[in-house]
Amino acid sequence: MSLSPVEGVALAEIESGGDAGAPERRDVLGRSPGQLAWRRLRADRTAMVSGVMLIVFLVLALAAPLIEMAYGIGPREQFQNLLDGFGMPLGYAGGVTGEHWFGLEPGLGRDIFIRLIYGLRTSLFIAFAAAVITATIGVVLGTLAGYLGGWLDAVINWITDLTLAMPFLVIALALTPTLVLRFYGEREQVSSAFGVGVLIGVFAIFGWTSTARLVRGQVIALREREFVEAARASGAGLGHMLFRQLLPNIWAPILVSFSLAVPQFITSEAALSFIGVGLSDETPSFGRMIYRSLDYLQTDPAYVFFPGITIFALVFAFNLFGDALRDALDPKSSR
Amino acid sequence: MARFLIKRLFSATLTLFAVSVLTFLMFFALPRDPVTGMCPKNCNPERLERVRDELGLNDPLVAQYAGYMKGIVTGRDLGSAQGGHCDAPCLGWSYVTNEAVSDTIARVLPVTLSIVIPAAVLWLLLGVGLGMISALRRGTWLDRLAIGFSLTGASLQLYFVGAVLLIVFVYNLRLLPVPSYTSIFDNPVKWASGLVLAWVSLAFLFSAIYARLSRAQMLETLSEDFVRTARAKGLAKPKVYGRHALRAAITPVVTIAGLDVGGALGGTVITETTFGIQGLGRTAVDAVRSGDLPTIMATVLIAAVFVVLANVLVDLLYAAIDPRVRLR
Repeated sequence: MSLSPVEGVALAEIESGGDAGAPERRDVLGRSPGQLAWRRLRADRTAMVSGVMLIVFLVLALAAPLIEMAYGIGPREQFQNLLDGFGMPLGYAGGVTGEHWFGLEPGLGRDIFIRLIYGLRTSLFIAFAAAVITATIGVVLGTLAGYLGGWLDAVINWITDLTLAMPFLVIALALTPTLVLRFYGEREQVSSAFGVGVLIGVFAIFGWTSTARLVRGQVIALREREFVEAARASGAGLGHMLFRQLLPNIWAPILVSFSLAVPQFITSEAALSFIGVGLSDETPSFGRMIYRSLDYLQTDPAYVFFPGITIFALVFAFNLFGDALRDALDPKSSR
Repeated sequence: MARFLIKRLFSATLTLFAVSVLTFLMFFALPRDPVTGMCPKNCNPERLERVRDELGLNDPLVAQYAGYMKGIVTGRDLGSAQGGHCDAPCLGWSYVTNEAVSDTIARVLPVTLSIVIPAAVLWLLLGVGLGMISALRRGTWLDRLAIGFSLTGASLQLYFVGAVLLIVFVYNLRLLPVPSYTSIFDNPVKWASGLVLAWVSLAFLFSAIYARLSRAQMLETLSEDFVRTARAKGLAKPKVYGRHALRAAITPVVTIAGLDVGGALGGTVITETTFGIQGLGRTAVDAVRSGDLPTIMATVLIAAVFVVLANVLVDLLYAAIDPRVRLR
């Protein structure tokens, strides 16, 4: 998936960190690597600040209906009376008032603040679902390819190359109307849940390659280690080898790649809705808002700033937290 | 070396073949008749049937695919409604734009190249340079500035950066014209001023990522034994850093640069949409919207060719850059 090259960087950094486990430490109290990592994370100020930001974003997204009740305006309500004859919001900065905190959309006159809150919900849901699915696919294919090797490794590698060679945006764009027609037909109203499902599906097809590569590399590095050999020599089966011997040793890089995958999917979702894939205009989404705002850059520049800055803050918080998490889990990495 | 090249080209061809088959199947799995997208709503049945026949949609799938591939290699005869004979890289005839697809591609490909190549040069120089400097000056204010720059850049979105640049430089300061494409051979100044915002926004976002990556790699390399040995035997700092360390540190950067540039050459959809420039990416998007099958097929294939070629090139560059890599 060539949308965001960040993943490559993150992977290279994880791989360069080498061994997944935390180093041995002479301590009076015995602490597990997990506890040590947690202590390091707690001591990291950036991690705590970005973590709190993420929690605020999550709460805002989860509490969207409650916020709607408190705020008193729904995401689909239109306020045409507050627009001038050309459909431009009256007042300053795109119609910011005590009632409409972030102003109104030009043209339709919907409230920007409540649409951003619901957009956050859409975005986070899609990103988390996609990250969970792709991590699962990536871990399964990566461990199998790395541990079993041979022809299976060759085939999985080739499929990875093939997936990377497909132009992701164009295929996603082309696939969506096809699927919509398959399930709905020419005239039926497409439900917004379907659009969300299509997006998650597209991410699942294209997004697993980086995790698979990372896990494969880690497993290959572990495969020749003594404890793995010892387990194999004592007659452990495939399932035991994968889940009891290998996976517990590589959960740290997987967790880091997961935490860095979420902001990528947020970005990709916005990018896809920006070019008009998946979500209909009904579903509030950052990408759709920014796309619509491009028509009003001259007349209502405030419209592009609210969604633009929100998505920046969200992705920034995730990236900072992912970095801090890597530092905590892998103290040897030299970022 | 030769053996490696042959092996690599073989697997690249296999990948391209698979991409073409998958794309072909995907569009014929369409429940919608591809022809309805190719003529206006009030098309009469006879004309529809004629178009279907001319496109060879009544032939078996394998024959259609073989015909298409033969057209690319040797050219083929299309019906008179499709402009008659179609020369060697024949990608079919588009009923939507009423021209040969290869002509469309020949028109929009230079646009995408003009966006991507200068932007890539900018982002590689800026990104790798910044990463190197901040690794060598680790812990100084310069390093912190570079880290802040790369963290911010990696979280920004192209369409947002592009929109802000448009508001500032085009609509408010009026320093630049509204972005558009002019051929570099007609008017190089107009070419540059029309595309410079696209270059800057692409370069800004990408160089942030490259700065981060090359900094991490450089730090790792600097702590390696061979760097210390080189310094210990009395080699000057610039030589050690510039030649020995840089070579080892830059290989992962080359891998990612290959993927990025290859992917971008296949169409910078978001950049082109933000700045309203009609390149390969916009053409692909428009083709999908209007159900223009031959054009979709062509754009997907071209994008895949760029990615696959970039991958082969990266493997070859590896051997040239890093003396420890031996191709087998």
